[in-house]
Amino acid sequence: MIDWAGYLQLMLAGALLTVELTVVGAVVAFIMAMAAGLGRMSRFWAVRAIATSYIEFFRGTSIFVQLFWIYFVLPLLGVSISSFAAGVMALGLNVGAYGAEVVRGAFKSVGKEQHEAGIALNFTSWQRTRHIILPQAFVIMLPTFGNNAIELLKATSVVSLISLADLTFQAQVVRAQTGSTLVPFLGVLILYYAMALSISWAMRLLERRVTRGLDGVRT
Amino acid sequence: MVQPIIQVDGISKRFGELTVLDNLSFDVRPGEKIALIGPSGSGKTTILRILMTLESISSGIIRVDGEPLFHMLRNDVLVPANERHLHKMRTKIGMVFQLFNLFPHKSVLDNVTLAPILTKGVARADAERNAMSLLEMVGMAEKAKAMPVQLSGGQKQRVAIARALALKPRIMLFDEVTSALDPELVEEVLNVMKKLARETDMTMLLVTHEMGFAHDFADRVLFFDRGRIVEEGPPKEIFNHPKQERTQGFLKKIIAAGHRV
Ligand SMILES: Nc1ncnc2c1ncn2[C@@H]1O[C@H](COP(=O)(O)OP(=O)(O)OP(=O)(O)O)[C@@H](O)[C@H]1O
Ligand SMILES: [Mg+2]
Repeated sequence: MIDWAGYLQLMLAGALLTVELTVVGAVVAFIMAMAAGLGRMSRFWAVRAIATSYIEFFRGTSIFVQLFWIYFVLPLLGVSISSFAAGVMALGLNVGAYGAEVVRGAFKSVGKEQHEAGIALNFTSWQRTRHIILPQAFVIMLPTFGNNAIELLKATSVVSLISLADLTFQAQVVRAQTGSTLVPFLGVLILYYAMALSISWAMRLLERRVTRGLDGVRT
Repeated sequence: MVQPIIQVDGISKRFGELTVLDNLSFDVRPGEKIALIGPSGSGKTTILRILMTLESISSGIIRVDGEPLFHMLRNDVLVPANERHLHKMRTKIGMVFQLFNLFPHKSVLDNVTLAPILTKGVARADAERNAMSLLEMVGMAEKAKAMPVQLSGGQKQRVAIARALALKPRIMLFDEVTSALDPELVEEVLNVMKKLARETDMTMLLVTHEMGFAHDFADRVLFFDRGRIVEEGPPKEIFNHPKQERTQGFLKKIIAAGHRV
């Protein structure tokens, strides 16, 4: 007799960790995307160079390699972090690099005339960015950010490689212990799908909030 | 004699090979209402954009209130202005654009209050009180809570005028502020501008193809052609007895196109 209730609990615990990785990873990714996206448009050469290197490096190497470096190689250099922090960092830095290009594109798509109106009203360059361009660009970024968040969710399973007991990891455990393949993998399928749906739904809600009274901004 | 509020002294503006303003000079007295007219591409928009510091100049010097606009004195030598100097100079000047350029994510009221709050540190309550009286003046007080998308072109432009006025600039620049509007909406914007011209001592420079309006509004008309001022004078003289052939040709064409003079 297999104790399915116990195994279900195990999988739900894994799912919880996956949710945590996704949420914290998304926060890191958002911050990195904003910083690097704005950095690429900076007036200062050095800032642009740093932002560009970050973006190119994290888009040019795979998330496996990044995770292994953060978890296994950094400790050799004297920087050791928990496996959860390593997972969050790899996910956030990786997805943030893709997000940075979204941020940049969205900022570029807000018309030059909005900048000029800001200059004519004597805003500083930061005030123009913060109060005029960002709110309009944000509306444009949101749908793509939603997709990125779902990509991030799907990428979280890489952390099972550093023995973090996320949903994928727990499904493997259940499979090994019960000998059943269908049940754990069906559970995995349903749980990931439910999470992805929740992200879509939350993003749509957010989109509706920020676009209130704003029809016509997005072209 | 009062010091001119604007002194444009031998400036040129080039975009690559193209010379758009060619050794241009003119002065504007405080409170003067100036209309800039002339054929398309003659540099009217460019000179307004330069005065608003949206474009740089290639050579020459502009003084506003006696102070160089694009230069500052360092050890008695004129050097290119830094951002801080430009920021200071911009407090004297406001501009209204052909396509309004309202902030689409801000309500009408917020469009008008944002700059005073952020750039002058005005308290929100004071900024809103001032904004409401300006919106009253342009006939838009009822729409204070509306978003720009909900407004007609003429209404947007009146809000844009109120927004520029909220910073209390001494000089206002208007670039064809009615040319993007449906004909039946032109009048409401022109009426606001007439009221401004009557009731304030602001210096106003206006680019327009509405010759009738230029005639009533302006103390002086500057006729631009190919980056130079070909002829200038009071509207009566320019419109009724133009001396230069090019001015005559331009006015004839405008009348033929159906504009009132
Ligand atoms: N950013 C730019 N780059 C290159 N050329 C430009 C730029 N801005 C303006 N020009 C050119 O400068 C010339 C003068 O333009 P400007 O807009 O000042 O004319 P205008 O007198 O306002 O004409 P209109 O009556 O059509 O508005 C035109 O030939 C225009 O193509
Ligand atoms: Mg023009």
